[in-house]
Amino acid sequence: MIRTEEMLLNVGPQHPSTHGVFRLVLKIDGEIIVEAKPVIGYLHRGTEKLAEDLQYTQIIPYTDRMDYVSAMTNNYVIVHAVETMMGIQVPERAEYLRVLAMELNRVASHLLWWGTFILDFGATSPLLYAFRDREMILNLLNELSGARLTFNYMRVGGVKWDAPEGWLEKVAEFVPYLRGQLKGYHQLVSGNEIFLNRTKGIGKYTKEDAINYSLSGANLRSTGVKWDLRKDEPYSIYDRFDFDVVTREEGDALARYYCRLGEIEESLKIIEQALEQFPKEGEIMAKVPKIIKAPKGEAFVRIEGSRGEIGCYISSDGKKEPYRLKFRRPSFYNLQILPKLLEGESISNLIAILGAVDIVLGEVDG
Amino acid sequence: MSGEKDLEQIKREAAEKAKELAKQRLAAKQAGEGNDPKQVADQIAEPVVKESVAAAATDDADLAKKKAAAAAKAKAAAMAKMKANAQAGEAPAASEAKAEVSAPVEGQDADLAKKKAAAAAKAKAAALAKMKATGQIEANAESEAQAATDAADDDDLAKKKAAAVAKAKAAAEAKLKAKAEAGEGADASSGDDDDLAKKKAAAVAKAKAAAAAKAKAAASGGGSADDEKAKAIAAAKAKAAAAAKAKSAAGAKAGAEEPVEEKKPSPNQPYLDKYVKTITDNLGADILEDSYINPLSKDVPTLVAKRESYYRLAEFLKYNELLGFDYLSELHGTDFQTHMEVYVHLYSYKNRQSVALKVKLDRNDPVTQSVQPLWAGADWPECEAYDLLGIKFEGHPNLHRIMLGEDWVGHPLRKDYEPYDVEV
Repeated sequence: MIRTEEMLLNVGPQHPSTHGVFRLVLKIDGEIIVEAKPVIGYLHRGTEKLAEDLQYTQIIPYTDRMDYVSAMTNNYVIVHAVETMMGIQVPERAEYLRVLAMELNRVASHLLWWGTFILDFGATSPLLYAFRDREMILNLLNELSGARLTFNYMRVGGVKWDAPEGWLEKVAEFVPYLRGQLKGYHQLVSGNEIFLNRTKGIGKYTKEDAINYSLSGANLRSTGVKWDLRKDEPYSIYDRFDFDVVTREEGDALARYYCRLGEIEESLKIIEQALEQFPKEGEIMAKVPKIIKAPKGEAFVRIEGSRGEIGCYISSDGKKEPYRLKFRRPSFYNLQILPKLLEGESISNLIAILGAVDIVLGEVDG
Repeated sequence: MSGEKDLEQIKREAAEKAKELAKQRLAAKQAGEGNDPKQVADQIAEPVVKESVAAAATDDADLAKKKAAAAAKAKAAAMAKMKANAQAGEAPAASEAKAEVSAPVEGQDADLAKKKAAAAAKAKAAALAKMKATGQIEANAESEAQAATDAADDDDLAKKKAAAVAKAKAAAEAKLKAKAEAGEGADASSGDDDDLAKKKAAAVAKAKAAAAAKAKAAASGGGSADDEKAKAIAAAKAKAAAAAKAKSAAGAKAGAEEPVEEKKPSPNQPYLDKYVKTITDNLGADILEDSYINPLSKDVPTLVAKRESYYRLAEFLKYNELLGFDYLSELHGTDFQTHMEVYVHLYSYKNRQSVALKVKLDRNDPVTQSVQPLWAGADWPECEAYDLLGIKFEGHPNLHRIMLGEDWVGHPLRKDYEPYDVEV
């Protein structure tokens, strides 16, 4: 007679599939997960506490380190919050530069996700393709901001650097190149039977669940909720661009895969239009005080980041440092549904489910 | 960054001082008459900031001469006042005018005024040196100190005048509140000189300084730091006065350009009215503590729930047909020192509308009901608020210290948090 019993299994914190320092305590019965308990906080750096002693401009580099694969959107959310409070009109040229930077970064972020997601299933070559193309974007952003990942590019009232000579042309060349590559990606992975078997119907949840669990980004759109803050609560100059909100109805890992790849294409559309509309000349910084002081009061703004809704709450008492700063970090919220998804799943699906959520631990832990 | 800023301010202030000096000379020529009670009143309105600055100034022993020290103290006080005034944000033009009026009034005696001016210049130099010596720019500190000493050697009478100014200031301060700091300043200065005229001089300097500070505060762009520096160096010359004047004018202009807040009703006002009406119709009038449109936050309708009805209101916001806020976008707490606050940002995908829900909690015992049963997405954010602020959410299925771990001492985002480390 075979004796069975439940056992505890630690996944992480140092485990390649967790994409950082994320730990899962699994209670397993054979191969079936009975209960999953996420343990986070390994990368908590107290950004919000630190920010209380920093001037607004000094906080921007800290935001680079939250979602470190999509730092431009993080940069944007804090300057956007301060600009909203102060009522600053950002010059056109700066807005276009911001949009270009953010969308390029979004594409880079999704490429990274794509590569590592497939890598988790055991396919190594897609990662190399993804990283090759992502590297091109990082080079572009490097030329623009002087950094590959931690850009520190945006400022309250505009951006730090103007586009270097020939940069716009390079971006324009990159767009059709990546379009071609995307076709290759689909050929390489999307139709692969093993891949489909491992993602189709896996990690499924409904629209209601997604909303109830405060999911956002592709995690939400994969259930059919047509919701994109760029479209529905337009900030910056996103109302000037014609693009679609990619949604899927299935709500499984494969749906999220298609959503993200679709978003790359939409981002390319935005980049293209932004290049067309790009003002020939103009300021890249609004007239702002040397020492930025947000007016007394509070504000909460949210924007569409690569992983979902990034929010920034500032409570100011009129000083040059925020009284309280809070980031709504999409990965933190998106990860909450994980225990529910893992319950009753086979352990081999864990990787697919976790990978499809697309977390960045710097953002989860704040 | 802030250090640079302070230095800039000091330099500007030095320029202002030079300007004042020129004014006094002019006044001496005009030889006006009379007393200005306003000035005295101004003098009494001593800022709190003064203490710290004055203390910093007294720290410095390098300049050695007692008189110079006293002068610097007077200077520091004036500067502190400038700052305070700048924050109060009166109309710069008004105080400028005030200063102008008092200048001629003050100059009773040509000789006296001249001496006073000299003393003022000296005081300024000393203060500048002192501020630098306190760690702003160490390289410059020496030469500045030298300058200060030179100035101090300059003239016996002037020294006396400077001391008198300091004394006058100290007296005013003492009048406001009998601070030990003030007493010290008074002791340092040997009070042998005449009084009222000096007081007036000090008042004039203050008024002038206040005006300048205000102008500066209003000015947004301003000149570069190098520019400021050059001006400060030239401050001893009356030439700088003109520059300072131009600057203050520019500042006034910049102030006028400040964006004016729109007064027209928010487009979200109807939504707020609808929410409030629905809530009061169904739950009664004593649910809400407050409701308003937050113009800083993209005009989001904001509801402040009463402590005991927070959960009921949240529940209503989610399940009511007309409201239907099915998505919790954000939940966090803030320590406002007088109270704790939980801020919840909700969104309705059905109605495409946002609302901010707030509840104020007792800071000493921050407890409220968890909204996790309503929005599963509130689970971790509530844990985070518990971890970092110590807010307890009753009814939460698994309230734990999600970021820092259970053995962490204290709640870091509380304003009275003291880091605890066994190894320290």
